Amino acid sequence: MNTRVTIAGVEFQNPVMTGSGTFGSGMEYGEFVDLNRLGAVVTKGVANVPWPGNPTPRVAEVYGGMLNAIGLQNPGIDVFIERDLAFLKQFDTRVIVNVCGKTVEDYVEVVEKLGDTDVDMLEINVSCPNVKEGAIAFGQKADALFHITSCIKKAAKQPVIMKLSPNVTDITEMARAAESAGADAISLINTLTGVKIDIEKRKFVLANKTGGMSGPAIKPIALRMVWQCANAVKIPIIGMGGIATAEDAVEFLMAGATAVAVGAMNFVNPYTTVEVVDGIEAFMDRHDIADVHELIGCVK
Amino acid sequence: MAQKRKEAAVVVNQQALAPGIYDLTLRTGLAQEARCGQFVAVYPKDKSTLLPRPISICEADPEAGTLRLVYRVAGKGTGEFSGLTAGDRVDILGILGNGFPVEQARPDMTALLLGGGIGVPPILQLAKELSCEKKIVAGYRDAQCFLREDFEAAVSGGQNAKGSGAVYVASEDGSVGTKGNVMDAIAENDIRADIIYACGPMPMLRAVKAYAEKQGIPAYISLEERMACGVGACLGCVCKTTSVDPHSHVHNARICTDGPVFEAREVDI
Repeated sequence: MNTRVTIAGVEFQNPVMTGSGTFGSGMEYGEFVDLNRLGAVVTKGVANVPWPGNPTPRVAEVYGGMLNAIGLQNPGIDVFIERDLAFLKQFDTRVIVNVCGKTVEDYVEVVEKLGDTDVDMLEINVSCPNVKEGAIAFGQKADALFHITSCIKKAAKQPVIMKLSPNVTDITEMARAAESAGADAISLINTLTGVKIDIEKRKFVLANKTGGMSGPAIKPIALRMVWQCANAVKIPIIGMGGIATAEDAVEFLMAGATAVAVGAMNFVNPYTTVEVVDGIEAFMDRHDIADVHELIGCVK
Repeated sequence: MAQKRKEAAVVVNQQALAPGIYDLTLRTGLAQEARCGQFVAVYPKDKSTLLPRPISICEADPEAGTLRLVYRVAGKGTGEFSGLTAGDRVDILGILGNGFPVEQARPDMTALLLGGGIGVPPILQLAKELSCEKKIVAGYRDAQCFLREDFEAAVSGGQNAKGSGAVYVASEDGSVGTKGNVMDAIAENDIRADIIYACGPMPMLRAVKAYAEKQGIPAYISLEERMACGVGACLGCVCKTTSVDPHSHVHNARICTDGPVFEAREVDI
């Protein structure tokens, strides 16, 4: 049985990755799952300098999901390379580093520093809804996305994945902009902007007021967007949004994703990633599927 | 440290201690590894409520293999837990967080143990583990002084508890003990100590921090924040620290994994 997939020349032992921001750099969940079994670890977003993130409360539960407004707290690229990358190197899994920034120059600085490392791919976060400057400003206008993608492609030594925001009118317009600017792949969806109000206190639950929604409740939306993008661009797609089970992952593959990522469900069930890996194999076995590519994009 | 894991625990029994306050005993292998001040995350069965609820450990009995959790019904998840009965199974994740550093209280010291509201329960296991002289102050809203008898027993050598001491009570409405909060009870009873351990609402912990600084004594305070993962990955439950913390490289420690207990001078609350 073949579960290997290739994205921009990088081969993954299976199509299961972690959603950026839900898995740290793997240290915490390494206590629960064998990181060697994952297709890739996609790290929490990292910027050129340490970011303190947003005030608390940063998380809130909503029906079938959660809101977060962490604000991309991160220790900065230098600490990240020294500590987190050194940790991840011990494992037989691909490493995809999620990169965030406030300006194009910030992104390029991180991308250039990572060029000297052996990370496998870069995922560019232009879709975080929880920081006011940069980030999402690049991800909600096609021309801005085209510009930043071009700048990053010029600076990057590794293949570039652009992570798209679902908080747009037409996701395919963004996918096409990324593709035409030279992106090697796209990943989607980032979180959907939402709010929760504490009716007793008459206040927003999150200190940031708005947060990004994730969890099983968003899966149909994510799946629809992956399917739309799969019909709009030729570059590979990494699909994510509410994946809780192998069956959810198979839906994303069938909709056209070459790989999938488990996000918020890591918080709910810390074993989810490996359960999805095992479950995809079990599904293939059950249906006599020799190659995972038979599933990818089979539902048009 | 023992490996964290998610496992199905079995309900031994559950009873209401006061309106909205429940006392749940679970049989679980995790009981072997628990120490005072740590917590577990308990999963609701209702899949619309996905995230596990962090609940402090009130008592751990490694011999019986049981954990006692005393919690307040705060919403849908804890509301579901209040319906658990003997024999039910419930998933828990643990053991989480770092506990109270009992080794900081030397045998010749007097330790002041402060619990406010739903911060009272974790103080019980601490009281049982500390072998020095203990002054325990429990603050309540009203006359519903849950766990008071357990504290009385813990300072008189009962319940396998070590050491001796005294128990004081404060109630906001003045119906029992000192009228006011734990700080009012300290003043009214002229309680002196060499070290403080505390768990309770943020205003109480701020007052404890200020008091400890004035007295020039260490205070170990247990903080609370809304959490998602409970294991240090999501960065949801951070608190401001006075120095750059080694994990985040900004002034943010994770309450779930770097805490929930911090030396008061380390945090900016």
